[in-house]
Amino acid sequence: MSTSSVSKGCFVFKPSAKKKKRTLDVGDYFIDGCEGSGNSELRFKLCQSLWDKMKTETEVLQDELNRKILDRLLEFAGRPSSTFQHGADDWAARMRASEIPTAALVLGVNVPDHDMTFQSLSDLLRQSVTPHVASVQAKECGALKHLMQRVLERLMGTVVSVDEEEEGDEEAEHASTQLHNKRVHCSLGTLCDWYKSKTKRSNNGTPNKKRSSHVRDEQPQPPVVIIFKDLEAFNPRVLQDFILICSRYVEHLPLMFIFGIATSPSTIQHILPHSVSSLLCIELFQSLSCTQHLSTVIDKLILTPQFPFKLSGKVLQVLVGIFLYHDFSVRNFIKGLQLSLLEHFHSQPLSVLCCRKKEALANVLQLSHQDLESVRQLPSFRRYVERQEPQEQVNLLTDDTHIKGVCQKLIKGLRKYHKNFYPILRCLHTLTSSLPKYPLGKQIRELYILCLEKNVWENEEYQSAMQLLRMLARDELVASLQTCAEILKPVKAKKMRNVLDQLEDLLAKFKQLDKVSGETAANGEEITSPEKGLQKKTDLFQLQKTLLEMKESRRSKKMSPFEILRNEAVDFIDSLVRCYLAPPESQPLNEVCYYSSSAVVRRHLNATPRTSIQTALSNPYHYLQNDTLRSEDGTVSNAAPDICIVHKLHLECGRLINLYDWLEAYATVVSAAEGTHPDSDEFGKVDELKHARFIQAVSELEFLGFIKSTKQKTDHVARLTWGGC
Amino acid sequence: MAALLQHPCYEEERLRRVADKLPCREVQAGTLLSVMGGPEQHSFPSIFIYGHRASGKSHVIHMLLRELELPHATVSCVECVSVALLFEQVLLSLFGCDAASLLPRSPSLSDFVRIYRQQCSHSPAVQTRYIVMEKAELLRDMDANLLPALLRLQELVQDNVTVILLSEIVWDKFRPNTGCFEPLQLHFPDYSKGELQQILAQDSHPSYSAELYSSYINILLGVFYSVCRDLRELRHLAALNFSKFCEPLEEGKVKESDTHKLWRNIEPHLKKAMQTVYLREVSSVQWEQLQQMEEKDTGAVRGLSAHAHVELPYYSKFLLIAAYLASYNPARTDKRFFVKHHGKVRKTNFLKKHEKTSNHLLGPKPFPLDRLLAIFYSVVDSRVAPTASIFSQISSLVTLQLLAQVGHDDQIDAPKYKCAVSLDFIRAISRTVNFDIVKYLYDFL
Ligand SMILES: Nc1ncnc2c1ncn2[C@@H]1O[C@H](COP(=O)(O)OP(=O)(O)OP(=O)(O)O)[C@@H](O)[C@H]1O
Ligand SMILES: [Mg+2]
Repeated sequence: MSTSSVSKGCFVFKPSAKKKKRTLDVGDYFIDGCEGSGNSELRFKLCQSLWDKMKTETEVLQDELNRKILDRLLEFAGRPSSTFQHGADDWAARMRASEIPTAALVLGVNVPDHDMTFQSLSDLLRQSVTPHVASVQAKECGALKHLMQRVLERLMGTVVSVDEEEEGDEEAEHASTQLHNKRVHCSLGTLCDWYKSKTKRSNNGTPNKKRSSHVRDEQPQPPVVIIFKDLEAFNPRVLQDFILICSRYVEHLPLMFIFGIATSPSTIQHILPHSVSSLLCIELFQSLSCTQHLSTVIDKLILTPQFPFKLSGKVLQVLVGIFLYHDFSVRNFIKGLQLSLLEHFHSQPLSVLCCRKKEALANVLQLSHQDLESVRQLPSFRRYVERQEPQEQVNLLTDDTHIKGVCQKLIKGLRKYHKNFYPILRCLHTLTSSLPKYPLGKQIRELYILCLEKNVWENEEYQSAMQLLRMLARDELVASLQTCAEILKPVKAKKMRNVLDQLEDLLAKFKQLDKVSGETAANGEEITSPEKGLQKKTDLFQLQKTLLEMKESRRSKKMSPFEILRNEAVDFIDSLVRCYLAPPESQPLNEVCYYSSSAVVRRHLNATPRTSIQTALSNPYHYLQNDTLRSEDGTVSNAAPDICIVHKLHLECGRLINLYDWLEAYATVVSAAEGTHPDSDEFGKVDELKHARFIQAVSELEFLGFIKSTKQKTDHVARLTWGGC
Repeated sequence: MAALLQHPCYEEERLRRVADKLPCREVQAGTLLSVMGGPEQHSFPSIFIYGHRASGKSHVIHMLLRELELPHATVSCVECVSVALLFEQVLLSLFGCDAASLLPRSPSLSDFVRIYRQQCSHSPAVQTRYIVMEKAELLRDMDANLLPALLRLQELVQDNVTVILLSEIVWDKFRPNTGCFEPLQLHFPDYSKGELQQILAQDSHPSYSAELYSSYINILLGVFYSVCRDLRELRHLAALNFSKFCEPLEEGKVKESDTHKLWRNIEPHLKKAMQTVYLREVSSVQWEQLQQMEEKDTGAVRGLSAHAHVELPYYSKFLLIAAYLASYNPARTDKRFFVKHHGKVRKTNFLKKHEKTSNHLLGPKPFPLDRLLAIFYSVVDSRVAPTASIFSQISSLVTLQLLAQVGHDDQIDAPKYKCAVSLDFIRAISRTVNFDIVKYLYDFL
């Protein structure tokens, strides 16, 4: 269906009967505009199933991470509230002020992540402690009555009227439910009555003797929990008043607060004066820091052969950078990962091979000739071909069945590579992360990025790390090697089994050394003593100096058995690194799994609206892709949209712009674009149409924030940007 | 003393019982009683009672009204998010829920008066009705006509009714500039140390002698009287620490008579309480748990303000640093600090007389967004694209209350901010990014 119109206006088409049913779903959007559309549906399916798996994994992870703090919170909420607590010690209970138990839950500044935590918190509370849970957010509680209303509504599950403003729109339904609705007043008294009736009902009408301790012990009253999701954003007055009101009802209503705090618990003292905070019994709950959280996510989603999809070093750096520099949000990090995944499957036709081994091998056989051609284009594959014998090269480049077989082999190789890569990476990290100054990074992700980018062992930092390892004290070295063995134990890959055996041999040798060390103990002590000094914090210069000195002394001295063994161990580690930690670039077909368009990710996740507007205005061709707008020298063509011309002209002005001059200049440019002869009378003349177009363009510029009207001169506008042409 | 609380309309026995419950407030109670007169007599239209927190205002009024069984309604003004609630509660307590349900939605003052009159024509007052308004200072924020009307409610509804306002603020701060009926004022002075001792000593623990408790209160007041005179708070503190006081007695180490040893035992403990529970640095429950723990573990529990550290994303830190600099440096000096080759601009050149006083004493000054960003780009060590997330970090900082937005008018054009963090805080932040902020602060030049 089409029109002859070239503009993308709005046209009415009567839907033809067939097409009517079908609405676009996610898959259609994916397939639309997909690179190499032959297998796009399959790719979409793979992409979705892979994402589903990753998502489940993150959810499990999230639960585990929050478990500890949530458990503590549940225990806190489950405690009988402090006013009723001291049943036995009645005197103290009567004397002490009745405070509202309050959990100060410090969650960190990554506010977008909090939602999930609060969601699981309130779910858990509902499941195991109390049905009465309400969470409120600052933005819905501008005034006290709104806060009250939200709390009451969420607890009682009814509509509560605040009496004033909302009159108008409720009038209609109001008429019918008036009698019923009217008594629901927005006060804690209402809540109290409601709570009493609730608990009485659940007690099956047993005469609920007022707080005679025996009855209460048998039927603990479920607390009423109110969660303030973002404490800092609340209006302090509203919060204070609310707490004051609540404190009047503590005797009748087992209230409990949970404050979600993004900064630090001392904000409570900033927000609430002593007279109010003294009504609360505040207990602190500190959640895991978001950086730890991120590490776990990276550990479980990225540093594992479980998921075939991989990020290149650059992309990972962009995502980690956004996290560390901008938002600290794990949720956004995962979103970024999802975006990369989607982009990968969308833009890489060969991503059909990015799936589980069996599927991938089957998919290789389904590859079309065109797909195989793109395999041949892959840089990694080309490098692979170059390494082969001439006859084999010819076969690879011409024989489609042959290349399919090779591809299967390579895919298997890639899988093995990953299976070995991550355990060895972890081992190397274990060994180096305890070294002074962290030459290879404190976090494993830093080491990982190093490994992704080039051969790690060619880094200077790697060399110095190895040197430091050669000086490690015995117990430390042995402990690290032991951890490495632990890391390798669950790994099933054959090669890793071998490595583990070798490592255990080494460890056994160290142990033997212990046995015979009886007589050489004195010796060993002497040698290790300067190394002990290394552990202390020294600056880099000092460190290098000691290193040199030690080298000297080593040359002059005979090595002890321990030293020999230590060198053997470090050499072994080094060989492992060289063997297994080659960067993915070196692996043929790595493009199938690795997503590397960091620019795309950055553009999507870290948008620069200002730059985009600037580009749109100064180079309209960039977005409009209309050939008449193309200009080589960076000037704006006369035919550009009005706003571009007006913008261009305004750049030539000073801080104040005379509107009339501006209009005339505009008219001249537009006349030229219309092809009016420069000598004719019409040229540069301002007619109604031009005038209107000019005004529209100027107000668009004002809307975008480039200019604003000024009171200094009525016929002028002020520029809000600086810098000119 | 009971002589003060005398009235021919009440039995003496009853008055004595009331007086017993109002130690140290006999004078005020006596005055009140004489103003209120007998239950059937007309009383003054409105009474205004003021005094600091926990000076016994509510306590005295309620004791009188309850013990003498006078009809009354109590309303706390904090709770009245709308006047409707206030009216409803008054009608509910005085006339029952049928009367309250007559109120229309969003009732006006005249609705209230109309219904009140209608009700009291059905059931005219036999005894004076009292309406007690707690935290009356909040009435000032409600409808302007509400307070004057309440003050002369007696006249408006033509009923024997008295409105009693309780507040921590003096009447002068209430008087509307349009003038109004002057209520009868009654001041509740703060309790003296002796009075506090007397009142607190009354709640002695059932299993210990009154003398022991009294001496305990004496020690408690010795420590806390200089910082806290709030009866409620003192009572709370007394309850929290009494078990510790009794510990040596329970263990049989000390006799009740050995006050010096008891004092030696409890005094350091109370001192510690002053720095912790009293400031709500640790909660009362935690404090009690601490008491059960061994001495040596108690160091582990840190107060709320010990957790002042805030983790921020890298650029947020620099934005905050830039904001701090913009707030505490005069704008003129930016050139000196942030332009590489600023030429010869010595401190003396731009030192103006009034600026000799520290900017830190004057507090943060507002600054426009442009200036913040200009400083930000010059302090941050790498090139930063002006991405959307930089801007959203600024608003995040505002919601976290680390920055404060000033003024609300011109948000799109030129928003202004203030930095709301302390010097210590910003120094801690700068240290984590290796930025020597002191070098850039005009005050420390
Ligand atoms: N004279 C007294 N004798 C015994 N207890 C008293 C006395 N005065 C006050 N109290 C007690 O002190 C506490 C605080 O008193 P009250 O509530 O009357 O203070 P208030 O003046 O109304 O304070 P606020 O302004 O905060 O409402 C109450 O628990 C009350 O029982
Ligand atoms: Mg009171």
